[in-house]
Amino acid sequence: MGAGQISYDVAHLIGATVLMAGLQLLYQRRLFAVINTFAFQALALAAAAGWQAHVQNAPHLYVTAGISLVFKAMIVPVALHWLIEKLGIHRSVETAMSIGWTMMAGVALVALSILLVLPVTANAAALTRESLALAMSVVLIGLLMMITRRNAVTQVVGFMALENGLILAAVSAKGMPLVVEISVAFSVLVAMTLFGIFFFRIRERFDTLDINDVETYRGDRQ
Amino acid sequence: MIDRLAGLPGLDNPLLWILALPLGAAGFLAVIRDWRVASWVNVAVSGTTFVASLVLLRVRPAPTKLFFIDDFNVYLVVLTAFVGLTTSIFSAAYIARESEGNRLSDLHLRFYHAMYQAFLFTMLLALSANNTGVMWVAVEAATLTTVLMVSLYRTREAIEAAWKYFILCSVGIGLALFGTILVYLAAQPVMGDGADSMAWTEMMRRAAEFQPDLLNLAFVFVLVGYGTKVGLAPLHAWLPDAHAEGPTPISAVLSGLLLNVALYALLRFKMLLSANGHTLSPGPLLVVMGLSSLFLSAFMLYRRGDIKRLFAYSSIEHMGLITFAFGMGGPLANFAGLLHMMMHSLTKSAIFFAVGIISQNEGTKRIADIRGLTVSHPVLGWGFVLAVLAIAGLPPMGVFMSEFLVLGSTFAREPLLALPLAIALLLAFGALISRLQMMAFGEPPPRSPVQSSAGRVSGILALTPLWLHMALVLVAGLYLPAPLVAWFHTVARMLG
Repeated sequence: MGAGQISYDVAHLIGATVLMAGLQLLYQRRLFAVINTFAFQALALAAAAGWQAHVQNAPHLYVTAGISLVFKAMIVPVALHWLIEKLGIHRSVETAMSIGWTMMAGVALVALSILLVLPVTANAAALTRESLALAMSVVLIGLLMMITRRNAVTQVVGFMALENGLILAAVSAKGMPLVVEISVAFSVLVAMTLFGIFFFRIRERFDTLDINDVETYRGDRQ
Repeated sequence: MIDRLAGLPGLDNPLLWILALPLGAAGFLAVIRDWRVASWVNVAVSGTTFVASLVLLRVRPAPTKLFFIDDFNVYLVVLTAFVGLTTSIFSAAYIARESEGNRLSDLHLRFYHAMYQAFLFTMLLALSANNTGVMWVAVEAATLTTVLMVSLYRTREAIEAAWKYFILCSVGIGLALFGTILVYLAAQPVMGDGADSMAWTEMMRRAAEFQPDLLNLAFVFVLVGYGTKVGLAPLHAWLPDAHAEGPTPISAVLSGLLLNVALYALLRFKMLLSANGHTLSPGPLLVVMGLSSLFLSAFMLYRRGDIKRLFAYSSIEHMGLITFAFGMGGPLANFAGLLHMMMHSLTKSAIFFAVGIISQNEGTKRIADIRGLTVSHPVLGWGFVLAVLAIAGLPPMGVFMSEFLVLGSTFAREPLLALPLAIALLLAFGALISRLQMMAFGEPPPRSPVQSSAGRVSGILALTPLWLHMALVLVAGLYLPAPLVAWFHTVARMLG
């Protein structure tokens, strides 16, 4: 399987869309825009999982696609919108690093992933290789977002973007077992986070969801 | 036959009971209203699980697609079940005294007991999993259950600690999953699609044919990922907070068991790399991370004002030492690492048992406010002194023996590495002894000891696990039974 074949080209296109949405997350300045971009990324991921299910003839991947579509592209964004309104969270994104530098770092991470993954996967199928490079870029960009954004909500979105990259890698790895279980486990994790923000009223208790405030208090003052 | 095919152990398999008991108990405990009953059900189930785990020492079930028991993980399964049992006894006493002060509502306690068993289940699952994916899901679930327990008191500090723990460890296990996928991709061209390419037993057999570069890349992700959960510097930031703010029985199982489980996962991947033989050597990476954890925590120990945080940093120190030992590799250093894993588990959970009672008695966790423990509470105080001396590495305890073995084998092979190791150990020793002296001796602060008879009974109950652990550590320091030594040697050879 290589370039020119429809199964490869479509998988490549969808994978690249997930990555583009990841880069897009980095330059949003409003919280709602971040959430909408994330919903778009989840939608692209659902398409990628669905396409892999079709190409690999692996029906269980449709479940992963369904989880992505219903849970991550619909329920999570709606829940986040609701949380922000309910808890009255400040709606602009606070950055720890300027948007320009973050974008540059993001691009560098994509280059790094390609340089790392392509040489070591010479034995794997072309479809797996390139999807893996894309997936690793998405993972690293999610990590970058968690590091360079200050609000807890953007950090959670960063974590979910990272997780999107992982699921992309898992569905692209041909014949990998337990992908559905892994995506369910992640969904539980994400649901817990949202539940935690709401249930603990982090907003009320800390006045801000800013992680920096959490970290300055180390409970070890003498 | 059907459950064999699905990879589940059969009814005659002790492993099924070891996993099903805590899982079933988690559901059962969630519906028991009375916390007194619940805490004893908790002890009973943990006890039965421990007995079932002892069966594994005699009967070695055949590996299935999802579960297996070999020489390496059987000892961790038994250790986990044992510390799970003693901690549940301590927990019964701790909870009884805690609820006198009405710090926890009945609903919280129901939740606490259910989560305790769920946590034991996830750890035993991670240890006995024959599938890298199952292992990952188990470690992820262990993170979730502990996050919920760390935030149990609902104070500002507890929620902050839980949040930090949650975010850092979620990223950690995310990266570990990426490493796991990469390992599957290394195995898949050789072994084909499906569950075989994720099974430890199958992968170890054919590891030599895997592509080394891919394994290298995978190991970096696995090291950072599971390394976060082990608490290796510089990924340790969650550990002191999570240990300090949760209920003390949870600190005991976090330090004594969960860190071991994460390290076990890391070591399995290391074994895969060693079996391949053409990869980069994972040893130096582990040595560097181990040493930096040792140094960081040795210095941090001097600045702690909170008793639980002090011993949380000491856990980082010891996990660093164990990682260092496995990084050095070779039969002797591996032997020392395995022994130290066991000794640290027993000693550190004993310390947290003592710390739990101390902070309940004194009503504070501040080291500066704790004075003269050996005078005011002799049995507790001397048990605490003994445990801290053991963890500081004083002979004749078991911890001394394993530390001495690590140091000795390092001196024999890499004298230059042994020097910083010795310095870090001495630094940590000094910090612990100076803190111990402040807390254990001198005049106790004037206070009228108000203790009900129920408080005294639960006090004895709380002290039993502490002294039991210390007795085991002392015996191990003086005399290790020959079969145990032989068996440690076998595992040390397996680890390469």
